[in-house]
Order: sequence, then C-alpha cells, then structure tokens
Amino acid sequence: MLQIDCPWCGPRDQDEFQCGGEAHIVRPADPEALSDVQWADYLFNRANTKGAHAEQWCHSGGCRRWFNVVRDTVSYQIADVYLVGDSPPKENP
Amino acid sequence: MKKNRYSIFSLARNAVSYHRDWRAAWRSPDPAPSYDVIVVGGGGHGLATAYYLAAQHKVGRIAVLEKGWIGGGNTGRNTTIVRSNYLWDESAHLYEKSLQLWEGLSQELNFNVMFSQRGVMNLGHSLQDMRDIYRRSNANRLNGIDSEILNPAQIKAMVPAMNVSANARYPVLGASFQERGGVARHDAVAWGFARAADEHGVDIIQNCEVTGICRENGAVTGVETNRGTIKASKVAVVAAGHSSVLGDMAGLRMPIESHPLQALVSEPLKPVLDTVVMSNAVHGYVSQSDKGELVIGAGIDAYIGYGQRGSFSIIEGNVAAIVELFPIFSRVRMLRQWGGIVDVCPDACPIISKTSLKGLYFNCGWGTGGFKATPGSGWVFAHTVAHDEPHALNAAFNMERFTTGALIDEHGAAGVAH
Amino acid sequence: MSGARRSPAGGLIDRSHSITFRFNGKEYSGHPGDTLASALLAQGIRLFGRSFKYHRPRGVVGAGAEEPNALVQLGEGAYSTPNLRATQIELYQGLTARTVNGWPSLAFDIGSINNWFARLLPAGFYYKTFMWPRSAWTHYERFIRRAAGLGVAPTAPDPDRYDKMHRHCDVLVAGGGPAGLLAALAAARAGARVILADEQSRFGGSLLYSDAKISGESALDWVNSTVDELRANSNVTLLPRSTVTGYYDHNFLVINERRTHHLGPGQADPRVSRERLWRVRACQVVLATGAIERPLVFEGNDVPGVMLCSAVSTYIRRYAVVPARRGAVFTNNDSGYQAAVDMAWAGMEVSAVVDLRPRPTGQAVESVEALGIPVYPGHVIVATRSNAKGLNQIELARLTDNGSDILSHKGLLDCQVLAISGGWSPTVHLHSQSGAKARFDDGLAGFVPGQSVQAERSAGSSAGTFDLAGCLGAGARAGVAAARASGWSGGHLDIPMTQAAQSGSIQACWEVPSTELGPTGAKKFLDFQNDTTVADVQLAVREGYRSIEHVKRYTALGFGTDQGKLGNINGMAVLADALGQTLNETGTTTFRPNYTPVTFGAIAGRAIGEDRFDPIRKTAVHPWHVRQGAKFENVGQWKRPWYYPRHGEDMHTAVNRECAATRQGVGVLDASTLGKIDIKGPDAAEFLNRLYTNRWDKLQSGRCRYGFMLGEDGMIMDDGVTTCLEPGHYLMTTTTGGAAAVMGWMERWLQTEWPQLKVFLTSVTDHWSVMSVAGPRSRQLLEGLGCDFDLGGAAFPFMSMREGSVAGIRARVSRISFSGELAFEVSVDANSGLALWEAVMEAGHRFDITPYGTEAMHVLRAEKGYVIVGQDTDGSVTPLDLGMQWIVSETKDFIGKRSLARSDTARDNRKQLVGLLTKDPAYVLPEGAQLVNAPSESRPVPMMGHVSSSYFSANLMRSIALALVKGGASRMGNTVYAQLMDGTIVPAVITSSVFLDPENERQRQEAA
Repeated sequence: MLQIDCPWCGPRDQDEFQCGGEAHIVRPADPEALSDVQWADYLFNRANTKGAHAEQWCHSGGCRRWFNVVRDTVSYQIADVYLVGDSPPKENP
Repeated sequence: MKKNRYSIFSLARNAVSYHRDWRAAWRSPDPAPSYDVIVVGGGGHGLATAYYLAAQHKVGRIAVLEKGWIGGGNTGRNTTIVRSNYLWDESAHLYEKSLQLWEGLSQELNFNVMFSQRGVMNLGHSLQDMRDIYRRSNANRLNGIDSEILNPAQIKAMVPAMNVSANARYPVLGASFQERGGVARHDAVAWGFARAADEHGVDIIQNCEVTGICRENGAVTGVETNRGTIKASKVAVVAAGHSSVLGDMAGLRMPIESHPLQALVSEPLKPVLDTVVMSNAVHGYVSQSDKGELVIGAGIDAYIGYGQRGSFSIIEGNVAAIVELFPIFSRVRMLRQWGGIVDVCPDACPIISKTSLKGLYFNCGWGTGGFKATPGSGWVFAHTVAHDEPHALNAAFNMERFTTGALIDEHGAAGVAH
Repeated sequence: MSGARRSPAGGLIDRSHSITFRFNGKEYSGHPGDTLASALLAQGIRLFGRSFKYHRPRGVVGAGAEEPNALVQLGEGAYSTPNLRATQIELYQGLTARTVNGWPSLAFDIGSINNWFARLLPAGFYYKTFMWPRSAWTHYERFIRRAAGLGVAPTAPDPDRYDKMHRHCDVLVAGGGPAGLLAALAAARAGARVILADEQSRFGGSLLYSDAKISGESALDWVNSTVDELRANSNVTLLPRSTVTGYYDHNFLVINERRTHHLGPGQADPRVSRERLWRVRACQVVLATGAIERPLVFEGNDVPGVMLCSAVSTYIRRYAVVPARRGAVFTNNDSGYQAAVDMAWAGMEVSAVVDLRPRPTGQAVESVEALGIPVYPGHVIVATRSNAKGLNQIELARLTDNGSDILSHKGLLDCQVLAISGGWSPTVHLHSQSGAKARFDDGLAGFVPGQSVQAERSAGSSAGTFDLAGCLGAGARAGVAAARASGWSGGHLDIPMTQAAQSGSIQACWEVPSTELGPTGAKKFLDFQNDTTVADVQLAVREGYRSIEHVKRYTALGFGTDQGKLGNINGMAVLADALGQTLNETGTTTFRPNYTPVTFGAIAGRAIGEDRFDPIRKTAVHPWHVRQGAKFENVGQWKRPWYYPRHGEDMHTAVNRECAATRQGVGVLDASTLGKIDIKGPDAAEFLNRLYTNRWDKLQSGRCRYGFMLGEDGMIMDDGVTTCLEPGHYLMTTTTGGAAAVMGWMERWLQTEWPQLKVFLTSVTDHWSVMSVAGPRSRQLLEGLGCDFDLGGAAFPFMSMREGSVAGIRARVSRISFSGELAFEVSVDANSGLALWEAVMEAGHRFDITPYGTEAMHVLRAEKGYVIVGQDTDGSVTPLDLGMQWIVSETKDFIGKRSLARSDTARDNRKQLVGLLTKDPAYVLPEGAQLVNAPSESRPVPMMGHVSSSYFSANLMRSIALALVKGGASRMGNTVYAQLMDGTIVPAVITSSVFLDPENERQRQEAA
C-alpha cells in the first residue's frame, strides 16, 4: 500500500492514484515515417525495469494531475516525484 | 520397471522399512560444463519443457537452471484453475491440448498431481456478459471443447452457497460451465515433472541463477550463472516474472510488464463448494481445496512489481466480491495471503517463440493464467526448441504478432480472471 | 480423574457471576473473565479436538493465539462461526460450541482409524498413490475432502455487519504487554498521537499471569494505572481485542478489532459493528508483540495434558484454574521453573522439573528447590503414557554428557499435566511482513528481528529481551525514539523498577533423543494441527525436498490455522539438522499476512449488498421510470430503463410496441447516462483532430459530428457525437460505460504528451438531463411544447444544435438520431430534467407518446446498422472493419492511425461488419452465435465470425442481425450458417448492415 507524494496535494494513499506505467515514452512525431518494427517498439515494448523505474501516476481521486515517480519495483520505495516534462533526477552514484 | 515407481504397493513396501529407503525424487547434480539445451527457470513450464524435450524429442543433455527452489515462483503461488474454454481458436486449441495432457498427467508422470475435474463456472452479470458467454461457449463447442450454459436456477442447484438473487447489485444472469475443467495440486505438478524429467536424465540444478546470456555472431552459446558459465547451443527461457530481465541480458526488448498478482485462502472448512466459480464483473474467483480452504484469486496491481506482494486494497475489493457472491462466507476467516509476479502481454496471450537470436527461445507472458497451460506449454515449447520451429499449436503465439498486429486478443474471453 | 478444579481465590475472573454455556452438547459453567478453554479446563475437560490427519486426541496446548488444537465451531445458525480457538473465546452467557473435528463423537472418532494405518501415510503419501484407475481420483478426493476441512461454513447470510476506520498516527504500538505499555506511555507523554492495539481483552500481556512487582506495586496494579493514564490522554487510542494482522508497504498496517464477540450473538447494540478493520498509516511503529513459547519435541508430546509452561501459568494465575492434581515440568530454560512455582502455589503436587541442561543454576532453580520439588538436570522425557482422559505418566531418562543420546532410563512419573518449554520464539511476524529479514540468534535459540526496512522498531521479548526489567526499559526507549522520529521529543518517563529474575541460559534442543535406536513408530510432533512429525521432515529431506519451502509444502508444516506459531522453528531446526546446515542457512520462510485469521466480512467492510457493493447511478428522471414500472438494465454503474412493460406484457411484446410507436409516432428515451465532456480552449479543434479519426477543424458552431476514438493500437475505443458550441468550445458525448475512461484518456494525452495544447476539460455528465424525442411526430410534439426557435428542417438541419427554451426551460436541442428517425435530443440542467420529461409526456399525450428503453433503442439502431461499441466491437475491430472508411481521415495523423497500416490490420479479409437475414424470417439468432460456412459434425469446425446483435424487428416484420464475418464485405448474398449450442443449424444470408432507410431520409426530414 503505497503512499505517494502528489506534487500538488501532498502525500496521499495509493487508492487515490492511478498508475500509467513507464514514463518518458514519447509519441513519435511522424508515425508514418516509422517502420512496423519501430512502431511496435513504441506501442508495446517496455523496459519493465527491475529496480529504479520512472513511471507515470495520476492523482485521479484528487487533483487529476499526472506526474512522474521514480519507484523501486522490488522494494516499492519511492525515490523521487517530479513533474511531467522534467527529466528524471540523476541517479546518485 | 523404474526402481522408484510410486504406487500403493511401493508405499506398503516402504512402510515396512519405515520409509527409510525412498530415493530422492530428483538428483541435485552440479552443473556440467555444457548441455544440448538449457532451460532457464524451474517452474512448472520449464520442468515440463525439459521433460518433453527428453521424453518426446530425445534430446540428450538437458539442464534446468532454477535460481531458487523449483516450483517456487508462480507455480506454487497460483489458484490452480485448469480450463480450456477460451474464445479464440488459437488459445482454445493450445489450452485444450494442455487440458488433454492434464487428463493423463498423474499416470504419465507416476505422480499424483490431484487433477480434479470438478468443473469451472464463469458467471455472467450483464446482458453483454451473456452475449460473450454464448459466443465463447458456442465457439468452444465448435472447437470440440465441452461447454454448457447454465441459468441461475441451475447455478443455484450446483452451488447452493451462491447468492443468485435478482436483487443483487450485479445479479447472476447465467454462466458458462466447463465440466472437464477443475483444479490441481500446484506443487505436485512441479515435483512430478521434475521427478519424471530427472528419470530421463535431465539435470535439475537449483540455486543456480542465470546472470548473463552468452552469444556470438547472432547465436546463443550458453549462459553465465552464479555457479559459472554453462555452454549450450540452445537456451530456452521460461522465467515468468523475470522475462524482461532475461530478455535484457540478450539485448531483447519485450512487450511485457511484470505485475503483482495476489491470492488468499480461508481457514479450512468442510466441503461447501464443489466447483470452481469465476466472475469477471463481480471480480473474484474461488474454489475449495481438498484440505478445505477457500482458495481465492485477486486482481493484479496496475503498477510494475517484482516484490511478490501487492496492495491490500486489491484484497479488500476481492473479498468484498466473494462475500457479495457468497454471503454465507462472511463469518469465515481469511487465513493467509501472498503474491506472485505475472508477466503480462498487451493481448493477454503468451509468447512461445523463437527470437531474433539463433538458439534463444522465450516462453512467457502467460499473465494471470499460466498454470492451466503447464503441460501444454511445455509440450509445444519442447517441440519449438527441438525443431527450431513452432508447433502448429503455438505458431500464432510468436513475437512478430506485435509488429504485424495479429494479436490474439483474449481480453474479452480471459479478462483478468483465470 | 485429572483433579482439575478452580482455586478458591485469585485470578482475573468475576466469581460473583456464573455463566452457563454448552460444549459438545453438555452444559458447563464459568465466570466472566474466563475463556472457553479456561472454563473447560477448570472442569476437568482435557480433550478438545482431534488432529487433522491421524485424528489423534488433542488438548489445549497454549493459552492464546498460538493454540493449534482447541478449535471450535462457535454459535448456531447464521451466527455459527468455524475454527475459533477456545483459548481466545471470551465466555458469555449461553455460549454454545463444539469441536470441529471428531465424528461421530469426540471420544470415539472413526477417523482415528487413520492412526493405525499411520505407517502407510507418511508425508506426501497422496502424491504416490490414488492414481489408478485414471478416474479414481474423483472418488478418493470426495472421501479425502469429507475427512479434511475443519469447521463448517454458516448456512445463512451473516446477520452482523462490519466497518472500517482510516487513521493516521505518529506511533502505532502493536502489543500491550510491559514493553508495549511503556512504549505507548513514553510516546504519549512526548505528545505523539498513539494507537496501542492488543489482541487480548485487557492490556498487560505476560503481566496478566505474573507474580512480579513493578515500582513496588503488583504487576496488575501497575498495568491498571498505566492504562488509566493512557486512557486519559486524548492523543491515545486504546484498542483492546485488536490484532495488528498485517504490515504492508509504506508503513500501512491493518488492525482487526473485535467489538462484540465477547457479548455473544445478537447481544450487542445493533448500531455497533461486529468487527472493525483499522487501516492505519503510521509514521513510526513499535512492535511489542511478545514471544511465543516453543514446545519440546519428544515422543508423545501431543497427548492432552501436555501444555506450554506459560499456558499452565496463565491458567493458574489469570484464570484461577488448577489444571490437575499433579504436574511436572520439562524444560531447557528457566521459564519452566516459574511454571513449577505456579503449580505449587496453586496447590498442585509437582513430580519433577526435568531440565535438559546438565547444570542449571540461578535464582529460578533455587526457588523451585526451596519448594522441595525434585529437579532432574541433564534429564529428558522420552515418552508419555495416557488413558482415555489424557496424560497420566511420563517416562524419564538421563542424557549422556554431550546431550545427544539417552544414557539410562529412570522410570515413570505420575502426572496429568506436563508443562513444557523449549525456549521462546520472538514474534517477528510483523517485522518480517514489513519486508525485513529475521536472523537466528544462537544465544537465544530463536529468530530475532534483523535490520528494519520500514519505520519500525521491535522492543521487549519480540526483540529477544526476555526479562521484565529489560522489557520495560526497551519499551520506554522504543517509545521515546519512535516519538522523536515522528517529531515529538518532549515528555519524561522513569523506567519503573522491578525485582523480577533475570532469565538464565537456554540449551537449544530441537528434538529429544529417542529411547531406542531406530524408528519405533511413535511420533514426535512438530505441527500439532497438521500432524507433521520429525520423521516427516526427515523423509522429505531423503526424498530431495531440501528447501524449507519444499519441506513445508511436502509435509504441510506450518500450513494450519495457527500458521506454525508453535511448530515452525522446531521444524526448521530439524530440517537444518538433517541437512547439516545452520538455522541461518536454512532460513526462515517469509511471514505473510495475516498474523491471525481475519473475518472476511471485516475485510469486505460495508462495501457489499445491493446498495453499497458498487455505487448506483440514477438519472434525474429515474423516479418517473420506477413509477412506470420500467425494468432496468445495469449499464456500467447506471440503472437504465430496459423496457416499460404495460399490463403484463412480456419483454418481446413491450419492445415491439415501443419500436413501432417510435417509428410511427413518437417515442422518448432517457439518454442522460451518455458521458459528456466539455472541451474548451484555443486548441480544442486540434485536440479533437488528434483524438478522433475524422477531421474537426472545419466544424462550425452549432454543428454536430459523429466520431470514433481509437486506441493507439488502431482498435475502436469509444464513439459519440461532439458538438461545436462556439469556436474553441465543444461538447463531446461518449458511451455510457466508457465516459470515465475517455475523460481520463483525454486528460492524460493533454498533460503528458501535448501540454502545449491549450485545452481544458470538464466532465459534465451529471450536469445535464438528456432525452431523445424520436419519431415522425417529434417535431410536432416539440412545437406544441413551446420552443423559442425554429424547428424546421431548413433552419435547424440534421446534425446541428440550437440553444433556446423548451417548455420554458433553458435547453440545448440537437438534431441527432440513434434511431434513424427524425429526432431531437433535448438537454437541460439536470435539476430540470424530471420537469421537462413530465412536460414532454404531457404534451405527447395526444400523440400517444411512448417511452422506450435500451432494448428498443438497440433494435431501432440495429435496423439502421448503427453499431454499439462494446457489443458490435470487442477491442479487435477497426473503423475499416465496420465499413466506415469515410470516417477515417487520410490527411492528418490521429491516435491509432499508424497501427491501421500494419500488415495484419490492413489485410482485406479481416472480420467485417455485415447484416444477416435468416432464411426463416421468424427465427431470431442468439447473440454470440458462431457462424460457419459448412456445418459439420466433426470438430473443429472452422468459424467465420459471430452474431453481435440480433433482434426481431417489428417494423420489418422479420429478424435482423449484425455480425462480424471474415471477409464479409465481399460476401454479400452468400449464405452462412449459425451452428448453435443446441445443435440447431440456421442458414442466413449476408446482407448490408443497414436494414432500413439506407438513404437516411427519415432522420434528415430537411423539407418538413
């Protein structure tokens, strides 16, 4: 049962949120220019990272804003929350 | 005659010697430097693959590498439902092959996997559910798979504990029923395949984690493990939950996400539920184990999770659904819950396929419903690995479908509940 | 006779009141403060149940949650509850209980025949047999199922109700023994918001059966004054009878509070829920969950009368029960000596304290010797003897110096109770559930908490501190630290002084040596409930089941309702020994929720039943539909009128009447449930261009357009009509079921992918009441109702919208039609919805206006070949598959467009939407029916597609159907066959999917 720190509303229970999966997948600017293989990669292939994973969440039961979260997919600990359009924080060495 | 054959007679014989003379069900050898085929993953699917490779395809030197203990992943964590009443032809034929193997599996393996054909009921709660049920049942019949459609009165007669009142929030309007479906003893499936594979010379190596996939010139040459490099010209990956991790080692991007899936059991009760009941709309599926526990499957969490645990709210929703369907279970108590990691494909169908790397094969993406496919999955995957070509039954379950768009969309038929 | 009785004084029972209750049909009495177990023990009842596999007689072993044997079915009828522990059931007047296993009676159990055949039933025997003949398992299974199971499910729905609490706190303290009480006190004094939960009816834990003094007063007085202070603090929530059952991620814990169990069925205030589930997000957690005493593992250790030392002390001191005339102790640590002292204090004869340790010393030993109780150091008990009532003799033997073998036999001693202690296992369950890994401590011979991974700390015996002074100190320190970590650093607390004895050493012993070399058939039990023995674990190892997880699963060790609270550590140690490993190498299995079982009803809470399982959404006109006797259909969460039967009409007749009336006169449909999204902003048109398959940039104000939304995979996701209200302002409609998903979908694209688009979305589904007035008389009707704008076709063309007043109510009126008739969709503020509807019905009276429901709507739209997303499409259908190329723009990109060009998606023999006309016009195909080219008896029969919609059309006086058929678009005029479930074969001809008015003249009616 995660507790997620919504950038607008503060820490809230997981039940108020919706997970959108992997973040930073950019829709191709010109899909027609892509091969079927490239399009399939955008459409279906996912990093599915075991470990620190940048993913999208939406505070759907609250402010309904989307934002990004870096969450460890094993420990479920949340390392960072940041806005859509921002780059993922650099990993600490 | 196998020396270690199981029967009531061998049991009696061994009772005389206080069971001191039973042999190990499988050896625990150290890994050899090389094999013909390495199967990565010692779950039911991997062990079945190794068994059929050895028993049917006479492949000589086979190893199953398991990072933990065999059957410790989803094989030992699921709700053990077996059925074949899938909508689309491709799925129906694959799962029906598997069901037919189930029907003779205890005898084939000489290990009682307790396959109990007590029937599987899929409930409909809306007019659209009932259209879908007719569509699927009709397709099942035409594919040679048994299926009945039950009305609420017939359901009540078979499952007296169920609330089929028209006043329920989502009343039970009917159900499909596959009589040949049922449940099995999950651990026994892994152990039975392991023991039978071992008798055919397969090396089952536990506590052996694959850390890299070796390749040269576009072909696989072996695997790196925590117990050293092991060479093989064919590597068959059946590592549900960690398919992407292994794909990554081979440089493959996969159309897979790994999600937590939870299940729970009640305290044991005297027999009160004689079939498997599944409902997608009122989300829950339940059967009663031979020990008497109500075995209840929950839904998956929407986030990726490799932690073998999910959210409590999923359990709450799931238990509410069970109490809604079975009001007399309200005072029964939940004993234990647990979680597994399921690989989910975009079309809720598995990948049983060659890959772009020669000699590397993947069997993954079974989502929430892989247990029922265990023997069939191993059977077609063994064929695929042995012949470097898919069997007709798994040809459609290739990786290319995500490029061509030829998905086998089972969302309608399979939904979440398996 | 065992000689059990109630001591004349003492104990936490109320002797001024007597309670009568029934156990296995016989009447007994006890006192308030008793548990079912203590009341029965006081009356000499020792046989409490039968074991799971061998059906051996079993008695009470423990005094709390760890009890494996004494399981009962409590109460009758709808209140009947299975598998409760007699050790935890508080006695109430009129209680009825019976043992869960044992048929036909507890004393004579037919199942115990298994005991004689026990040698045929080693661990996992069922995997090795019951395989022939193939069909046999079904029959064996029926017998096995009947023999297994414990209690029975109630036969009627639960009359009680349950609820939930949602709480945040600074410090949650799990366990209200000495450490927990001090932790709570320290945190509370610091100012923290504290929740203290304890599973028992009163706080105090081990102090409830202790003769220790704290700060000069009795332990009990100290507990009472401490609880009084906590109760007086408004920052503290005290939860007795509340078990912390689960520890989840991010410090989320679940507490199961049992509120009315102790009152008896139907006795509580009906406003009080039976149980409550607390969902707590704690800043800091203190685990003061205590420790559980371990049994010793020796032959016959399962005989009724063999009990944990702590349980014997509890029954004597807390419940004033003298459990037998004569007792003995078998121990490997100092705890056993306290039981001997307590037994002597209660007036029992104590035959012996048998201590494994060769040279036990210290205060505990001295105090026993001072009482004249014989102590046998370096001795063990190697066997027990019993009669029908339970234990009556124990067999004493001397160990060799190294403790590994029996040196000599020392004969038999009489006793009816044997108190055993194999040491203590810290209750690390919640610590382990939190994700941490417990480690084995050789000195303590038990698993202790490891490194914390969440904000929790263990204190007291759950952390391996077994002496009272240590527990008090640790509790106080943990409370201070937890409060400080949650931001509260004030307060003052002196750690109370106690003179209680220090605990001495322990000599780990996981299996007492056997009397003879080699197996004798006698059993040393590890798991009492599942009848798992040492030999079972050793057999598992021989057979290659070497991982603790394999061993547990193969032998069922720890899979009982007690989840191995007594047996797991012993079992693991036996395994480690068989493997030649240390216990840390063998490891512990992961503890999973729940710590103790939780009622399903409590987990479900109030989210069940017709009203609360899922919210019900009703339109503003709903009361009118109800008054008219409408039958309703669930569509998503909405209740929609399905049809309106008149005077005993069946559905078929009613729907035919509604359809005919709408085509011939005028009908009205409550369309309020369709999703409505207000889209505003300078980039709204561009946004719609990207969402929908068709173009939107040229749509003018006051005009409407139909659109398809695809997933990025190219498959139809939703459809609906969107109206341009003014430049940069649109109103979108969605399907009823898809509204929320579409809203979320649009928000997501805007926020995550196209934040540069200036578009604002508002869900307005509930703001509007919408009714569709349809049929050739609809225009006349509205004119009669009073509209302040021209309804004529020239001024108000098809697919346009006007704002104005209808019957004096502000309205938006759209000329859109899902029926294919001239139709006006009137939207008004939801608060005016019912008024407008009633006005329409009033004005429509002279046209014989007919309300129609979703079924008639489906028929009418099917006559026109209009699809319903989710019925005629299933997530694998593109607009091209529906023959709607016209709606797919070639000149712009949109979501899903690229996918349409993939080889399989672009293929021309995909399943395509067609119409079907059965050769027999009266035959209505079942929806879902599969279609084949050539019916056949052999299997499989290749299927060409399926029927998605099928109705009898009263207007066409024949059946019609929509179907998806492989290559259907190029098969017009071909015959296909529905080969149905019942074997019927129905020929049908493939036609256009539009059955009525292909020129759309009826709905346009521009000239009128």
